[in-house]
Amino acid sequence: MSGKFSTIFNYTLIASTIRLSTPLILAALGGLYSERSGVINIALEGMMLAGAFTAAAVTVFAHSSFVGVLAAVLAGLLVASLHALATVRYRADQVVSGTAINMLFLGVPALLSGALFESTGATRQLSKDEVLPDVMIFSPENSPVLASIFNQKLMVYLSFVVVAATLYVLYRTRFGLRLRAVGENPEAADTAGVNVQRMRWAGVLISGALAALGGAYLAIGQSSQFTRNMTAGRGFIALAALIFGKWHPVGAMLACLLFGFAEAVSIRMQGTVNIPNQFILMIPYVLTMVMLAGLIRRADPPTALGVAYAKE
Amino acid sequence: MKTLIRELLFPLIAVLAAFVIGGLIVLAIGENPFTVYRLMLSSAFGLFDALGNFTWDNWGYTLFYATPLIFTGLAVALGFKCGLLNIGAEGQLVMGAFAAAWVGITFARLPGFVLLPLAMIAAMLAGAAWGAIPGLLKARFGSHEVINTIMLNFIAAGLVSYLTQSRYKAVGDPIMETVPISDHAHIARFSTLLSPFGIHFPNRIPLNLAFLLALAACFLVWVFLWKTKWGYEIRAVGMSPSAAEYGGINVKRQIVLAMALSGGLAGMVGISEVLGYRYRYYHDFSPGYGFTGIAVALLGRNHPVGIILAAILFGALIRGGLFVDIFTDNVSKDLVQVLQGIIILFVAMEMLFRKGLGRFIPALTNAGARKGA
Repeated sequence: MSGKFSTIFNYTLIASTIRLSTPLILAALGGLYSERSGVINIALEGMMLAGAFTAAAVTVFAHSSFVGVLAAVLAGLLVASLHALATVRYRADQVVSGTAINMLFLGVPALLSGALFESTGATRQLSKDEVLPDVMIFSPENSPVLASIFNQKLMVYLSFVVVAATLYVLYRTRFGLRLRAVGENPEAADTAGVNVQRMRWAGVLISGALAALGGAYLAIGQSSQFTRNMTAGRGFIALAALIFGKWHPVGAMLACLLFGFAEAVSIRMQGTVNIPNQFILMIPYVLTMVMLAGLIRRADPPTALGVAYAKE
Repeated sequence: MKTLIRELLFPLIAVLAAFVIGGLIVLAIGENPFTVYRLMLSSAFGLFDALGNFTWDNWGYTLFYATPLIFTGLAVALGFKCGLLNIGAEGQLVMGAFAAAWVGITFARLPGFVLLPLAMIAAMLAGAAWGAIPGLLKARFGSHEVINTIMLNFIAAGLVSYLTQSRYKAVGDPIMETVPISDHAHIARFSTLLSPFGIHFPNRIPLNLAFLLALAACFLVWVFLWKTKWGYEIRAVGMSPSAAEYGGINVKRQIVLAMALSGGLAGMVGISEVLGYRYRYYHDFSPGYGFTGIAVALLGRNHPVGIILAAILFGALIRGGLFVDIFTDNVSKDLVQVLQGIIILFVAMEMLFRKGLGRFIPALTNAGARKGA
């Protein structure tokens, strides 16, 4: 038992929890901007897929992971503008639009990878020096434990910077105040002179950029190519984390770390322990439902979430 | 008559617009969109094969793929009518399919006339139970059905994959599927149904009795929604929960009822897939029937007749997509996903069309906004 225990719970678990949480944190924080402005974003999955594909494909042609990441952000903005156009401009149902975008970007990247790389929906495998590099803080020879925990991709650090920045932007700036106002009470915000539509566009666009960054990390950070449906529901886990974290940046981050931890444990448990893997992977979903039902006390969504705003 | 044109015209424009954009993508990939679409249409609806002989294959498969979509389209539409967005049809159909297989395996000794109805009822009940959960959570705690149904989709997939893997998989089978169900639990394919009439319908085409059940379900849903008290109450809740409450309708009960019925309809997908086609539960059988059901309901204007037409369209896309995948160099069946996505997006952006095209086609302008979501 203790042997099994130590193969699962050791310092590399911390490292892999952080790695697995990174795409979730980026996407969940993205979702936060959209939802705090009053626009439901179940399209995180599609935005991540678009980012993952674009990052991998552009890196193949540009031979630069930096250009790949930049292109992924642009792709995320493009997908997000579809969602904003549909829901903010044309007041389409936000859930329906999100579902459509998820379907669309399950298809488009696979279709394009198939055509560009003559594959069954994957991009060409990148070599080790084409993918995102590790930030070398500790020397692996002198301090292997610290190195394995802290020598991560830049994007891992970026995700925590985004959390801090969001905390500041949301609660300490005029932009943040307006964004929250638009999500809570658009009529009042409008009366006070806030352009509701513009704030919501901003919220959705930021969510696209961040979710795409998360996707880019999956494709050229954690992995070295885009494969069909490689997000495998992470956009929805990010959404779950956002709800579980009560639409607060720190709460969402902690939820992502928890869900990342669950995933890391489940990967290690395969073949070692008799608790079925499937049940560990279910944890995020079950916890979210329990949370929503108010059993762990109150998760109040932004009041105007899901309600289109038409200026009269 | 004018209403009918209006109802038909708008979905038609959305579909055409999607095909135009899809065509541009195909062009960008380096294939001729006309060739691709011709291939799609002929493989989905053609009555003659390459040698000029009559064939049932194309229509047979198109209707076979349309069958689950009729069920999921009805499921989503019934939810819509109550003001609920059931995006959990995927999880509900997985539960239904597994339940049908479970009965077909566990009670294999029972005679067919008992086993078969039992397996069908199991599919419905399992789907209904899975649908009732978000209904109950909404009624009891006010939690949003959209998030809960998304979560339940993943939970259903995990649960059924665990059950299949740990208990019902044949030893050494590398595929995530159960052992076969009893022969007594098979429902008739069209080859059997049509042979008394002297019609030779090939047995390899899996079109089965479930297609007729789907049509019957359309009729029953229509009767239920528009001719019964409970159906009326569900629609009243969909129009305005507060007005319905004021009018003495038990809103919470109707929400649970609508979600359970919706889930039950989605669960019936298992009848076609498990009892009529694969004769076992196979874990990746659904290419997203539950999500396509949303497209079917939206495009079919939440009306049973519209749903049948839309299901046949999307069934044809699935069938045609397989041919495009095989017979073109660069275009994969992912094109179908893309077309579906664009169609839903356009239908959702109804306002764009009404405003933009209303100037040219006056029939489009004076229809009311979509209710229910």
